[in-house]
Amino acid sequence: MINDDHGSPLLEVRGITKSFAGVAALKGVDFSIVPGEVHCVLGQNGAGKSTLIKVLAGVHKPENGELLWLGESVTIADPTAALDLGIATMYQELDVVDGLTIAENIFLGHELSTGGVLKVREAHKRTRALLKRLGHGDLSPSREVGSLSPANKQIVSMARALSRDIRLIVMDEPSAVLDSEEVKNLFRVVKELTRDGIAVVYISHRLAEIREIGDRITVIKDGRTTASGLVVADTPTPKLIQLMTGRDVENVFPPAVPVADDAAEVLRVEGLSVKGVFDPVSFSVRAGEIFGLAGLVGSGRSEILETIYGAIRPSTGTVSVLGAPVRTGSVPTAVAAGIGLSPEERKSQGLILEQPIFRNVTLSSFARFARTGFLNEKLERSTARTQLESLELRPADPDRAVGLLSGGNQQKVMLARWLVHGTTVLLLDEPTRGVDVGARAEIYSLIRQLAAANTAIVIVSSEIEEVLGLADRVLVIAEGETLDIVAATDIDESGVLDLVMKGSAA
Amino acid sequence: MSHQTAAPVEQQSSSNRASATLRRFLGSAAGRNIGLVIALLLLIIVGAATGGDRFTSISNVLTIVRLASVTGVLAIGMTFVIISGGIDLSVGSVLGLSSVVATLAAVQASAAAFWPLMIIIALAVGLAAGVINGIIIAYGNVVAFMATLAMLIAARGFAEILSNRTTQTVKVRGFLEFSDGNFLGVPTLVWIFILVSAAGWVLLNRTTFGRRTVAIGGNREAARLAGINVKRHIVYLYALCGLTAGIAGIMLTGRTTSGTSTHGTLYELDAIAAVVVGGTLLVGGRGTIVGTVLGILIFNVLTNIFTQNNLNTSVQAITKGAIIVIAVLIQQRFANRGVRKS
Repeated sequence: MINDDHGSPLLEVRGITKSFAGVAALKGVDFSIVPGEVHCVLGQNGAGKSTLIKVLAGVHKPENGELLWLGESVTIADPTAALDLGIATMYQELDVVDGLTIAENIFLGHELSTGGVLKVREAHKRTRALLKRLGHGDLSPSREVGSLSPANKQIVSMARALSRDIRLIVMDEPSAVLDSEEVKNLFRVVKELTRDGIAVVYISHRLAEIREIGDRITVIKDGRTTASGLVVADTPTPKLIQLMTGRDVENVFPPAVPVADDAAEVLRVEGLSVKGVFDPVSFSVRAGEIFGLAGLVGSGRSEILETIYGAIRPSTGTVSVLGAPVRTGSVPTAVAAGIGLSPEERKSQGLILEQPIFRNVTLSSFARFARTGFLNEKLERSTARTQLESLELRPADPDRAVGLLSGGNQQKVMLARWLVHGTTVLLLDEPTRGVDVGARAEIYSLIRQLAAANTAIVIVSSEIEEVLGLADRVLVIAEGETLDIVAATDIDESGVLDLVMKGSAA
Repeated sequence: MSHQTAAPVEQQSSSNRASATLRRFLGSAAGRNIGLVIALLLLIIVGAATGGDRFTSISNVLTIVRLASVTGVLAIGMTFVIISGGIDLSVGSVLGLSSVVATLAAVQASAAAFWPLMIIIALAVGLAAGVINGIIIAYGNVVAFMATLAMLIAARGFAEILSNRTTQTVKVRGFLEFSDGNFLGVPTLVWIFILVSAAGWVLLNRTTFGRRTVAIGGNREAARLAGINVKRHIVYLYALCGLTAGIAGIMLTGRTTSGTSTHGTLYELDAIAAVVVGGTLLVGGRGTIVGTVLGILIFNVLTNIFTQNNLNTSVQAITKGAIIVIAVLIQQRFANRGVRKS
């Protein structure tokens, strides 16, 4: 355990602010890191953790505030400057190049060379040593990174950070793609690093992990530090949750409305599977019911939704809506049958950002707005406006470009599209990703309202709490295997994680 | 890629495993090049069967490679740009412009005393055009397709003004002797193609420059986060491509003993076709110099077969089109399968 009273800070962050297109992501972040500690940064999705990481990595320039490195004010102008100071970052989105080998990825940007000519053998030798240190001596340095599992890509990402002369390593949810065995390995490496005096900034929202590995905690909420440098051992969990979520934890999720006993079965999924992605899964959702899929990233959750939606062709199984089978593997057929999807990556998979709201809203329902192929824009606009008003999207201006909207409002545009279409089955993949905490409650109550209007809803979220808070029933999945289907009231977050961990180990 | 060596072929008892190994091998860079070699060999067999000794004679072989050398040099530069995820449509025009500038009366007058001046001028013109392309693309954030399309149009116009739309004949004896010369029985132009290809191979596979090019094409954001100055590297890439256009410009000037603004018209498309047929992904991140050279040879052997047999050039164009489509279809099959040599 380190004694932070005596350690002089390695890095001090003072009053950092950053906004994007007028939306504040960081509104004032303060904390300091001492050598050899594991400093956990805790916060909900959208709290500003990713922006903070990118400020430290030199990707984003803060507008206000100051960064002190070993007591001296510094500006981190670009990623090279951060690396030169000794700050390395392991990003969550796995920042590796698939077409290059492990060794090539590790030394990317600081290749071992003489006069521009690569020293391949030396790079392979050092790569082998790094991989061995990380407990993965079995990986060949010449293996292409594209053929690795997400967990092994994470190892490459860590090896890359260690290949530099670093003082501080920032890990953005490193355990998200790791199984329990790999997490143990990760912790061993973290402990080795801190013993050598290297500081670790550890981002996670798994409290159990933070208890095990962390020395101090900084909590961020809505782009602001709500607590800085708390000693892990002295801080009870309820206090952390309160700092993370604010006071009204209880009121975030609107009360569940029990599904009527005579509610019709709307969606039935029978033995649906995609070889190598997820095993046969069966469930049904009734009118007015919210059905949740809970599991870790990469467990096959999103792929199940995409398969129901026809975007992925299943290996086996059937999908039916209101008793009528829907031909699988075809999006138009699924949409015609009344299935709508709000995808995980709204910006790249769902919305046309440069286009105005109304065109995005009517995209799936051209038949209603066109005569012999000519679109009636007046009708499109007025329909979109009515829908936006009912979703309380302000301002309800159908001509605004979608790209200018906040995450919450973009999600509303997605919902508006399916409401206009008259969808009976709504698949929501990460409905609150990139949505700030304030707007979340609004999205939650909209989802509830949609269910109350007899839509069958299937929801996927990385935040197990969100799935449990919204859904009536929950399917727990790990590595493509259905572990259980339970009523949401009969299980809590740690129960789900327990199941998932056991499932992964099996 | 750095590992073009063939995957070890092992004795496999199960046919299943053998076919898996074969699939993996064919998916690897070396495997895709083997496919190109087989295609080239088949064409040579067809050529020999239809043209006989006329086709297989050393002089015909040298003719094929000599004609291939100009677009070949362009294609080497193009390979780098395409691997990085870009495109350069201006190389044909820049080739024409450099041939015009190198053969201007004033330049030829100075070159009478020192003939390599013409080469230096041509390379400088190509390099300058490439640097302009690169700056507009990297720092102006203009899509490469548009920036180089603009250069394609503008360079041609510039060449027309400089040459007054006339063909400028080369009179510098030293240069003519050099470009028409032989070394060890192999024409100078072929030597240049060999040297540029070899230099390109080393640059792509053995230097930090090549490694970074692949990284930028494979995942630009990851390259940036790894501390690579992506914008500056992009300028270097288009400068390199422009330089190869300058080299090709002086080669064509030598071959035709003239400089004119119409030199190199549509050569950019031949170069791009050869690069893509050679297995380089148009989206970037993957590609080989060997593949590009094989692509160039396939197209030129095909042309030679058609000429030797006095066949219709329109049929030849259709055949070329079909080859491009087939090559891209095969490429996508392997790219989608994601089978890689480990």
